[in-house]
Amino acid sequence: MEGYSRKWVMQRGEEINHGNCEEKKLELRLGPPNGDWSSSEKDEAFFPFSYISKDNDAQNFSSFLQLQSTAQKQSQMVQESLQTVCTKTADLQSTEKKKAFSQTATVHNSAQKRTAPAPAPVVGWPPVRSFRKNLASSSSVKSATETQNVVPSKSANKKPMEICQKGLFVKINMDGIPIGRKVDLKAYDSYDKLSSAVDQLFRGLLAAQNDPSTGGNEKKEEGEKAISGLLDGSGEYTLVYEDNEGDRMLVGDVPWHMFVSTVKRLRVLKSSDLSTLTRAAKQLT
Amino acid sequence: MAYAFPEEVLEHVFSFLTSDKDRNAVSLVCKSWYEIERWCRKRIFVGNCYAVSPRIMIRRFPEVRSVELKGKPHFADFNLVPEGWGAYVYPWILAMSRSYPWLEEIKLKRMVITDESLELISKSFKNFKVLVLSSCDGFTTDGLAAIAANCRNLRKLDLGESEVEDLSGHWLSHFPDNCTSLVSLNIACLASEVSLLALERLVTRSPNLRTLRINRAVPLERLPNLLRRTSQLVEFGTGVFSADVRSDFFSNLTEAFSSCKQLKCLSGFWDVVPAYLPALYPVCSRLTSLNLSYATCQNPELGKLISQCHNLQRLWVLDYIEDTGLEELAANCKDLQELRVFPSDPFAAEPNTTLTEQGLVAVSDGCPKLQSVLYFCRQMTNAALVTIARNRPNMIRFRLCIIEPRTPDYLTLGSFDAGFGAIVENCKELRRLSLSGLLTDRVFEYIGAHAKKLEMLSIAFAGDSDLGLHHVLSGCDSLRKLEIRDCPFGDKALLANAAKLETMRSLWMSSCSVSFEACKILAQKMPRLNVEVIDERGPPDTRPESCPVEKLYIYRTVAGRRFDTPGYVWTMDEDTAVRLT
Repeated sequence: MEGYSRKWVMQRGEEINHGNCEEKKLELRLGPPNGDWSSSEKDEAFFPFSYISKDNDAQNFSSFLQLQSTAQKQSQMVQESLQTVCTKTADLQSTEKKKAFSQTATVHNSAQKRTAPAPAPVVGWPPVRSFRKNLASSSSVKSATETQNVVPSKSANKKPMEICQKGLFVKINMDGIPIGRKVDLKAYDSYDKLSSAVDQLFRGLLAAQNDPSTGGNEKKEEGEKAISGLLDGSGEYTLVYEDNEGDRMLVGDVPWHMFVSTVKRLRVLKSSDLSTLTRAAKQLT
Repeated sequence: MAYAFPEEVLEHVFSFLTSDKDRNAVSLVCKSWYEIERWCRKRIFVGNCYAVSPRIMIRRFPEVRSVELKGKPHFADFNLVPEGWGAYVYPWILAMSRSYPWLEEIKLKRMVITDESLELISKSFKNFKVLVLSSCDGFTTDGLAAIAANCRNLRKLDLGESEVEDLSGHWLSHFPDNCTSLVSLNIACLASEVSLLALERLVTRSPNLRTLRINRAVPLERLPNLLRRTSQLVEFGTGVFSADVRSDFFSNLTEAFSSCKQLKCLSGFWDVVPAYLPALYPVCSRLTSLNLSYATCQNPELGKLISQCHNLQRLWVLDYIEDTGLEELAANCKDLQELRVFPSDPFAAEPNTTLTEQGLVAVSDGCPKLQSVLYFCRQMTNAALVTIARNRPNMIRFRLCIIEPRTPDYLTLGSFDAGFGAIVENCKELRRLSLSGLLTDRVFEYIGAHAKKLEMLSIAFAGDSDLGLHHVLSGCDSLRKLEIRDCPFGDKALLANAAKLETMRSLWMSSCSVSFEACKILAQKMPRLNVEVIDERGPPDTRPESCPVEKLYIYRTVAGRRFDTPGYVWTMDEDTAVRLT
């Protein structure tokens, strides 16, 4: 963990030198009101609240852990990892105190090489609104080369460019879940990937829905079970879609590319609610 | 003195005061001015919907025609405020529907508005004209249909960047069948398809339309037709900007754009095909505002387009513009006041474009009117910040996001204390500042000493101790909003400056070092503050007192504690404090 902390702080595999003369030159010098504030005795003297613990290490450590856990997992996993963090903090703070020095101390002390890949995203950082975030994934950049090379061939065969360029978002709803979602079919290239994406989208919501007592935030993990068997009718739920003619079809019946070009809307139905007719029709074909 | 004038005269004089600040000052002069002012106040701005109650507002200002309300903390934009936090507008609408039958305008930001509320609006206010929903959620197109159908005098419907559940694209056909009063329609945030036929019919019978921003789902092929019916537009937001490249269609589109002689603002451009950008060339010289922040295209097309917009005052763009594009901007757009550069791929480990500190330095050098900056980049230097500060002492808003937290100056490998210090020292009028990169407590010392007009400050991954926060709270005299995340700021600074918090609108702190104990003490000490702990781990009192709280939102209020808090919000009140001490 110590290593992680350092890597995270260090931006590049270079030494950080605070005595650098360039920085000195730029420095705005301001004398703080009562001398050197960096000494902890003076802090204590200034602030009248001496009854507050001056040991911040445990606190730093806990926020550091939070950072790490969010970095490792997706945002929806944060809650449960925090739970773990909280219970662990008490044990850790005695033994690992030294490793939990403030980030700044780490910066000053270390001249370590950065070896790990860039850290995974932290929740809410960089501060970009969520609807902006999928810009990069949902649409490719149009550059000069593309304009020159791709477009003429396009215009020759008059094929719409839409398919190859942008995401294909379709709405998806699930029985018993009031909130609809959207999936980008361009992000997947097979039924299996779509199926696991659907599981990811609804698993947590379904668990919360089924057991409102966990709706708070606790024990999410326990209530969650994978939504499986979406495609072959073997699970509790079955994935169906509405095609461009408004017909309801079972997902998985036609080749993937055909599905992508005709799907208008997805729906996760209770398998028990699927009409026997649909199922019979499927078996006949 | 006051009785020397008849009330009507004073009312007339007051009507020339447009700023809320002046109005507030007037009402503090004497009892009689207070009375006169409150009866003639037509516009209300409430920066925090929990700072006052609808009842109090209505009691004091009985004749309001326009209400603007803001709800969730700003960090809600970045998913830091959990789902279900609050900011429900329904109680406001309900109260106003009973007391303000002549209400004309409602503007909401970051609030939850249900279809029920929209319906109530559409039926309660006979002369309702303006509905602006910025970053709101909780409603569907059914609620919008009610607004369209019932508000016969509607002039402006602006959905901003709201999250609308679109059940049907047909709500547009609910506007009155004869002539509509629409002047401004912004539906750019809608995700699914709107009825194109209904849209075309609507613009045809809206002769006063000046602003139209359609959504991504409207195909480029339909633009010429649409623009031909709306040649009076001043502001236009396109839908998707890609289609087969055909020369006949290109000239069709070019013609359509050039027929809009009043056009000043353009936005949209989703999935832009660069080959179609030249269709905008004829209108470039008229443009004052250009939002290309969804236009995923690169240079040279991007730079070529922008460099023709000589009168541009506001530009939003992705980092595909790169340093070279910004240099062209600096050379050609001398009226530029606002620049926002967004990251095209904020989560990439490595830079995917050549956008550095140099682009911003160039713009600060070439555009003398530049006063508002939002800039996402991956490398910066103190020297660049010092240059920018010296070039543009007129800067009012400066938000810099160096994407990787705690990035040092890549030349000196030091902190950005001096660079941001130069910004606050030179830009005396600075009102909004966002910090990023490696920063120690020293930068906050500079900020406290110089940023006397600063009103909003955002801090992330910065500072070393309580001292940093103390400098800000004790030094920034005009500070109204402070938001902090992942900083080692804790109890001492917060408690030592408790009184300051009452002069501010709000303070947000998440992943900092404030203990639950300190929250309780603060609430006890400052009864007019609502101290709300947001902790999704469960009740904070099940953990040691010294355990830092996850998130903390503090705001002043005259309405007391709120009662719509979800299970993960704990309001510290005097009772809690007394009970626990």
